[in-house]
Amino acid sequence: MIEIQDVSKWFGDFRVLSNCSTHVAKGEVVVICGPSGSGKSTLIKCINGLESFQEGVITVNGISVGAEGTNLPKLRASIGMVFQNFELFPHMTIAENVCLAQLKVLNRSRAEAEERAAQLLNRVGLSNQAAKHPAQLSGGQQQRVAIARALAMDPIAMLFDEPTSALDPEMINEVLDVMVALAQEGMTMMVVTHEMGFARKVADRVVFMDEGRIEEDARTEEFFGAPRGERAQMFLSKILSH
Amino acid sequence: MKYNWNWNVVLCRSECAQPYFDWILSGLGWTLVVSVMAWLIAFSVGSVVGVAKTAENRGLRLVAKGYVELFRNIPLLVQMFLWFYVVPELLPKVAGHFLKRELPLPEYWTAIVCLGLYHASRTAEQVRAGIEAIPRGQTLAALALGLTRGQVYRYVLLPVSYRIIVPPLTSDFMGIFKNSSVALTIGVLELTAQSRQIAEYTFNIFEIFTVATVLYMLVTLIVVTVMRYVEKKVRIPGTIAMGGS
Amino acid sequence: MVGRFDFTVIFSNLDILWNGMLITLLLTVVAIVGGILLGTILALMRLSRFKLPAYAAGRFVDAFRATPLILVIFWFYFAVPIVTGRPIGGLYSVLIAFTLFESAYYCEIIRAGIQSIRLPQVHAGLALGLTRWQATRHVVLPQAFRNMVPLLLTQAIVLFQDTSLVYVVGLKDFLTAADLVATRDNRVVEMYLTAAVVYLVICSLGSLWVRRLQRQYAI
Repeated sequence: MIEIQDVSKWFGDFRVLSNCSTHVAKGEVVVICGPSGSGKSTLIKCINGLESFQEGVITVNGISVGAEGTNLPKLRASIGMVFQNFELFPHMTIAENVCLAQLKVLNRSRAEAEERAAQLLNRVGLSNQAAKHPAQLSGGQQQRVAIARALAMDPIAMLFDEPTSALDPEMINEVLDVMVALAQEGMTMMVVTHEMGFARKVADRVVFMDEGRIEEDARTEEFFGAPRGERAQMFLSKILSH
Repeated sequence: MKYNWNWNVVLCRSECAQPYFDWILSGLGWTLVVSVMAWLIAFSVGSVVGVAKTAENRGLRLVAKGYVELFRNIPLLVQMFLWFYVVPELLPKVAGHFLKRELPLPEYWTAIVCLGLYHASRTAEQVRAGIEAIPRGQTLAALALGLTRGQVYRYVLLPVSYRIIVPPLTSDFMGIFKNSSVALTIGVLELTAQSRQIAEYTFNIFEIFTVATVLYMLVTLIVVTVMRYVEKKVRIPGTIAMGGS
Repeated sequence: MVGRFDFTVIFSNLDILWNGMLITLLLTVVAIVGGILLGTILALMRLSRFKLPAYAAGRFVDAFRATPLILVIFWFYFAVPIVTGRPIGGLYSVLIAFTLFESAYYCEIIRAGIQSIRLPQVHAGLALGLTRWQATRHVVLPQAFRNMVPLLLTQAIVLFQDTSLVYVVGLKDFLTAADLVATRDNRVVEMYLTAAVVYLVICSLGSLWVRRLQRQYAI
């Protein structure tokens, strides 16, 4: 469903991505990990065109992201994305956050949008918070709303960009639980995260990135069993030691 | 100091040589009308220019920057003269003739347009600053939902930005309100012009200027109070007050 | 279209324009220096622990900030001769008006600058045995002014433009000089455009310089 072929990207002279290639099949869950600054966030933002890239090809369901003439808003509407800092819109209520793009992008009727919002907020366990504003919710709650907001677009795939790294430790699990349930229902997911427990539990494959390169791309059990590269071994030992 | 105090001057209707009270009232009226209309121009043009300053397109950004620099770096009084005396001469004959001969109350329209466009450069800077104060993640999140750039501004960036900049927008309006007095140089009979006229007629300088000053302060007070209320009203629940003065 | 206009009128009147510019510069410099000095005193009064000076300075600043500059100019132009009992000339009354008016604006900039200095800095000074005034003089004010330089200069550019308003009492600053030539020689378009360009160039260079300073001062 998502094909990434030989993608390279420069910020000025600095090469942030070097010939990255990987793929996500329908229903597959792929976790991307790696040290900070390794290019994971940049790569995942290239998939829905939030970051541009100079070389290579990314296709989603056969549609080339970087090609001229691609209807980016339409493409983005079909892929859900969840951000590190939640990025709920602060001036809107929780319900309005979940409804906005349904109304303005999918042109759903207000009744339809509100019904879908209520359904999804219920699913992430926040149906009683619909009338509040984001700043009145905890980080974990905000991130669950953000997931509901993305799901409201009925996406064909979901991208998660470090969804738990801005959260206090006690809130991480409430978000991961929602993600695990989503994965088990067969959602196609690409997740940038350091939560190796999550990766072990639901990921089909793990991609390890370092200095803009994809160093490992292996089935989950292989990756955790015996990562090939030295860097990946070091990273794993650091991250699993505590 | 020898001075004949006579507060009746400011209350004169038919008892004095001239109805000075009516002059003051009409002056205040024109000050308010000119200020509010100029503010409408400043707000709309300023919003467009401010948004353009944050645009992806380099050309658009450059044009917006040029606008701000041009209108900010020429004194308002000079701009007033340019719009009133110079622009009609430089325009094609028909348009110039219309401005000079056919347009009713040309000095009032000129003052409104001039003040509005002058202050738009300031409003633009506020709007730009407001937009830039919003973390980039908000734009990315909105784009990721499939919103177009225009929709991102319409539904996410501008609503938040306007809330952030209520205080500077208020002082902007106060600026327009005070600067409307510059319009007297092209013959607009607003509050300051009327008070000078009365001062020259009656020599009761202290009384009339005191009244004018108090009126300006009163309107300022009312506007500041109303805007404090607006600020509280539009404040996003769960956040503390944003923005400076 | 250009044929109708004759820009040589500028060169035949350079001396008048130059003398006007000198008045403009004089007003600007006096109002900047006087305004900052008085503004600093006002700011210290507003921040003082004593209620009376704080109140007095506060009302003074509010009054001037709520009043249009033109009205302030009229106030002093018409009222000062009555108070002093003899004419003192337009220049002096305008100089007083500008200095007082600007001091209100400078006061607010300086006050914000002083308030931006964190309290622990004052405490550190006091802990070293400095008196409250010494801490203000040697710890707070130097840091505050350093932070304020760009804002003070931006205000100076605004002030430079504002001096053109002395036109309303006929003081011969640069704009009034240009206006005199314009009406005398019937060269309105040429003279007003020239005045606009001169202000534009000076103020643009000024703001360019301020922006550069801002980058330098940014820590």
